[in-house]
Amino acid sequence: MTFRSLLRSPYTGFSFFTVLLLLIPLAVTNEYYLNVLIIIGINSIIVMGLDLLMGYTGQISLGHAAFYGIGAYVSGVLSAKWGVSPLMGLLVALVGVSVIAFAVGNPTLRLHGHYLAMATLGFGIIVFIFFQELIFLTGGPSGLVGIETMTLFGITFDSDRSYYYLVCMVMLIILLLSINLVNSRVGRALRAIHGSEVAANVLGVKTSRYKVGIFVISALYAAVAGWLYAHYITFISPSSFDFYFSIKLVTMVVIGSLGSLWGAIFGAALLTTLPEFLTIVQEYETVTFGIILMSVMIFMPRGLLRGVEDLSIKIFAKISNRSEVQEGTKQ
Amino acid sequence: MSLEQQILQFIITGITVGSIYALIGLGFNIIYNSTEIINFAQGEFVMLGGLIAVTGIQVLRLPIFFAAILAVIMVAVIGFVMNLLAIRPLKDASPITLIIITIGASIFIRGVSSFVWGKEPYTIPAFSGDEPIPFFGAVIQPQSLWVLFITMVIVVGLKLFFDRTLTGKAMIACAFQPRAARLVGIDVSYMVLLSFGLSGAVGAAAGIVIAPMSMLQYDMGVILGLKGFCAAIIGGLGYPWGAVVGGISLGILESLGAGLISSGYKDAIAFLILLLMLFFRPQGLLGRSKGDRV
Repeated sequence: MTFRSLLRSPYTGFSFFTVLLLLIPLAVTNEYYLNVLIIIGINSIIVMGLDLLMGYTGQISLGHAAFYGIGAYVSGVLSAKWGVSPLMGLLVALVGVSVIAFAVGNPTLRLHGHYLAMATLGFGIIVFIFFQELIFLTGGPSGLVGIETMTLFGITFDSDRSYYYLVCMVMLIILLLSINLVNSRVGRALRAIHGSEVAANVLGVKTSRYKVGIFVISALYAAVAGWLYAHYITFISPSSFDFYFSIKLVTMVVIGSLGSLWGAIFGAALLTTLPEFLTIVQEYETVTFGIILMSVMIFMPRGLLRGVEDLSIKIFAKISNRSEVQEGTKQ
Repeated sequence: MSLEQQILQFIITGITVGSIYALIGLGFNIIYNSTEIINFAQGEFVMLGGLIAVTGIQVLRLPIFFAAILAVIMVAVIGFVMNLLAIRPLKDASPITLIIITIGASIFIRGVSSFVWGKEPYTIPAFSGDEPIPFFGAVIQPQSLWVLFITMVIVVGLKLFFDRTLTGKAMIACAFQPRAARLVGIDVSYMVLLSFGLSGAVGAAAGIVIAPMSMLQYDMGVILGLKGFCAAIIGGLGYPWGAVVGGISLGILESLGAGLISSGYKDAIAFLILLLMLFFRPQGLLGRSKGDRV
């Protein structure tokens, strides 16, 4: 393996990222910052899944908060009402979410564009209303209390630091899975669907099967994130899984840069921390958020990560052009 | 009240609410028709219409008629501004980008409204008293008649505008084939600008007529916008009459569901209808099915 191919390999980035994540707690000891980092980790798990669906396959979902919520509520309710262990809760949540995602995805992903956006949005709102109305199970709008803290294989993750490592581990596993997925035959099929569904079909890609498949996978990612969230906060209420959160997830994917897993993580980190920074401007928070959202889309429609990339290429080209011209005059 | 009378009452309520959904759906259709953009800030136009009318009545002491006109004009201008600042600078943006931009605009408008009007709810008196009119054992609020009347005026007005005036026809042409429209000398970007203003005006009108029947608040636009969008899709996206049929059927079904099944699941019923519609008849009640294009 030459140095160059090593640089290009996605695993190089992955290894650096892993080392970085492991080192962060040495520098960050403040509990509050760790808490923000944990939420970033949880959000980036959902956003990576959503990016597989949106960025790679070109299908939109405005209802992913629903899967996040189902993951959180299934494990949360089992734990709070019947004392089921988190690991068992995760298994039940994953089975449940894959059945629901499959049942919903099958008719939904036959739709395109605005219709697909609206159908997934409708699904998200229906699930949200169930969280609110099934009071005997979910506790309704006032929330569900008494979820156990995370215990896996005899280890209790009750400090922010230990939970940080747990979230990192899960996130890295999911990142690795996703990297492998997009660089595989399946990943190429997904990108073919993004390019042109008809052309992909003609080339023998079973488009509907792949679309539903990736929808289920992204729903499972969201469910895992919900499970991590429920056993971290140990209190959940429907408002964490509403329509706005679905929108926020899509925004994370798009602002980060569609079709880039690193962009997804970047977008999740940026939009999770942005409100924390915006508390400085306090009541102008929502206004500023709206302006930032619009300006990024207007000036960098390919997302921040790609936008900066494009910009640097442009600047680099300009500089190298200028130096060529200078060399020319010297001769 | 007997069950029949109750059902009649639910239907009356449904038609009233449904007319509002129809107006909002019409607003969606006007913009969609000339740009293929789904404007997620449509609900915000409704909220702005209502709240500006409130300010006109309570602060400027205007009679309701002039307050309403002021609100309609101002929201139309806001529609123009939104088009000029947020939509026009983009060239060949993907639908996802446009969706995010209009969502950004709606968040921005909500944010500004929350400190112009605060977070408390407002209301205005009904246009002509609130003595209920008995109707076969059920009752009709006079404001409901206003809602129906104004909806009809707007629908007929729009129909005449799109069918009879050159500007209206030019807007339809942009929807049909923007490039061809440009070739015959239609200023497409001007038509798009106009469609945002018109859509703002229709949205504002919806906000004003429901003002006496509901609590006006800076965040009321979200759910109204989504319901209006449901109305547009149920009727057939892009068909002006579709929004009316879709809105009123949505209103009636929702009201019956809330009254006879459970009010907590009212919104779930609306979106369930939407899903069933999308799965079984995505072109809408009035739409014709189109084949897939490559």
